[in-house]
Amino acid sequence: MRFVDEYRSPDVARRLAEQIAGLVEPGRDYKLMEVCGGHTHTIYKHGVENLLPPAVDLIHGPGCPVCVIPMGRVDDAIALAERPNVIFTTFGDMMRVPGGNGSLLEAKARGADVRMVYSPLDALRIAREHPESEVVFFAIGFETTTPSTALTLLRARAEGIRNFFVFANHVTIIPAIRAILASPDLRLDGFIGPGHVSTVIGTVPYRFIARDHGKPLVVAGFEPLDVLQAAFMVMVQLAEGRSEVENQYSRVVREGGNARALEAIAETMELRTTFEWRGLGFISQSALKLRDEFADWDAELRYDVPGVRVADPKACQCGEVLKGVIKPWECKVFGTACTPEKPIGTCMVSSEGACAAYYNYGRFSRRLETVTT
Amino acid sequence: MTGREQEVLETIERRRRRKPRLTDELITLAHGAGGKSSHVLVEALFLEELGNPLLAPLADAAVFSQNGTRLALTTDSYVVKPLFFPGGDIGELAVNGTVNDLAMMGARPLYLTAGFIIEEGFPTAGLRRIAVSMGAAARAAGVAIVAGDTKVVERDKGDGVYINTAGVGVLERELELSPSRVRPGDKILVSGTLGDHGVAVMVARGNLELEVDLDSDTAALAELVDGLLNATDGVRCLRDLTRGGLGTVLNEIALVADVGIVIDEARLPVRPEVNGACEILGIDPLYVANEGKLMAVVAPNAAAAAFAALASHELGINTEVVGHVREEQPGLVVLETAFGGRRVVDMLVGDPLPRIC
Repeated sequence: MRFVDEYRSPDVARRLAEQIAGLVEPGRDYKLMEVCGGHTHTIYKHGVENLLPPAVDLIHGPGCPVCVIPMGRVDDAIALAERPNVIFTTFGDMMRVPGGNGSLLEAKARGADVRMVYSPLDALRIAREHPESEVVFFAIGFETTTPSTALTLLRARAEGIRNFFVFANHVTIIPAIRAILASPDLRLDGFIGPGHVSTVIGTVPYRFIARDHGKPLVVAGFEPLDVLQAAFMVMVQLAEGRSEVENQYSRVVREGGNARALEAIAETMELRTTFEWRGLGFISQSALKLRDEFADWDAELRYDVPGVRVADPKACQCGEVLKGVIKPWECKVFGTACTPEKPIGTCMVSSEGACAAYYNYGRFSRRLETVTT
Repeated sequence: MTGREQEVLETIERRRRRKPRLTDELITLAHGAGGKSSHVLVEALFLEELGNPLLAPLADAAVFSQNGTRLALTTDSYVVKPLFFPGGDIGELAVNGTVNDLAMMGARPLYLTAGFIIEEGFPTAGLRRIAVSMGAAARAAGVAIVAGDTKVVERDKGDGVYINTAGVGVLERELELSPSRVRPGDKILVSGTLGDHGVAVMVARGNLELEVDLDSDTAALAELVDGLLNATDGVRCLRDLTRGGLGTVLNEIALVADVGIVIDEARLPVRPEVNGACEILGIDPLYVANEGKLMAVVAPNAAAAAFAALASHELGINTEVVGHVREEQPGLVVLETAFGGRRVVDMLVGDPLPRIC
């Protein structure tokens, strides 16, 4: 497939892997965190870890949009979905995420009108086609998906569509990275920076990581060679004793990001004082709500949203997994009480979640694989 | 890899082999998607209540002897939306699917039955179109539809038309095709490109704003199977790659035969259109349904003859040897990625839910 195969060449991969191995200082271990769940997915789906030398360890970060939604917000979503006359629209990934009271998939089986959409514009179309119903869109995601929610709000206002409401759960990546860096129990050598988020926010916001924390960060694309090349670029910085923000994904990401997307976000949304992240707790100024000008489209104002905080199940260690403090398999319930078919934690639901990626793709004996095939 | 990690993996493998328990209070769409939830439903509810030695293998069809004649019996229901899609319709599907379930046991399909559940208000012209296409498919497959039933349900209580077909066939060879016969060293073949039907239908639903020029691959495979079984007696197991796709079928075989399976991503035949649509939708062609493709596990020394037999038939021109069976890592299907890495191919959980970004 053109524009895809070029970024999946096994020959180039092998050469890059050799170069990475050549940069390893004897006796030193390297921990590189890929922040974005899309990278986690790529790494497991293509078996990128198999190509890395044992001294280089990829730590999976908090950038999985489904994984960071706390259980209380899922319950809020279900409460909205179960209102009479509401058509509740959501990205497919969110359907199986358990709240304190089951998942949206189960709410649908009980009779709630829950529909999967690929884009908030699909939700707006449903609102247009069903003027007699009220259509709520479950808006989740980092800066990657926020602009499409923003544009949909602008379009809803322009068209005067009044039966469309946004349940806003958009979060921002920088506070999450700050939380990781503040975590006392984690030693990281560098970051593979998010690609899609950076197309929107650019590369400037990451500079504090290199400047104040002395860690290299390389923004990367989503093909396996992108990730491998970014790992190589981080390793080169470490070998040369540098810590800078570099851009491997220059075919898409601009230093200044996407000004029009940022404008659309700023026009429709503003920072919340604080927002709860699954496993990470409350992080100040880390999420967005609709501006007052868009109050008419705000599901949290239109409806009486329960807003009850639900504590994570005791056994769930999603927080430690999201911060990269433990590997998925080190969680007490991994693969036993918590599986993709019966998830306890969000990390086991989305294919971008570290636990689901490891369970579905990485669950084999690497020792055996190196000797038998 | 540490010893602790290895222990965790072994615990998971033991749990995967336990008899499943159905803990869901309600049926969700996941129970119908052909992945793990479907298996739990069938094994923990239906097999538990209805179990008998013929049902227990949960094969494509039950095989039994009557007065010295070996017969195969199967049934399948069809609930496709839209009813008419590029390359076929629900009627053709209902004939071919049941014919293929019989063929996968090595049976020559003889007779089908057809039950129709029709929604009030459905156009008779549409129903005639479906019947015409069923007739043509039955003639092409050499079977007759010899009994039937019709029910009409109230408006909004059905999706236009649902069809159930059952089929009976006769086994004319001394042959047992079963996952339990699969052995380390065996080769795995697929008879053509993966995912054509699933993607064609998804696109035909029209809500993806994708335009792909692609036909469903719906076809009766009895003749293809006959040619294969004439060419070699080294065939261990045949499966048609319907709901759940190749990934699900390989997992079933690995667990039943207690063997490891390795497949080579670079050799999986996938049309560029299907690959492109799957990339955009964030789904994996390994799990997308086919309606005219089979997977064959054959003895190592039969691989060449099997390949030649499949590839010489018009329904098998894109046949590939895609992998092999091994002793190591029993129960696991491992994919050697085209990129040069490795990963597990597990059974799918729920519907293939598209990733969001």
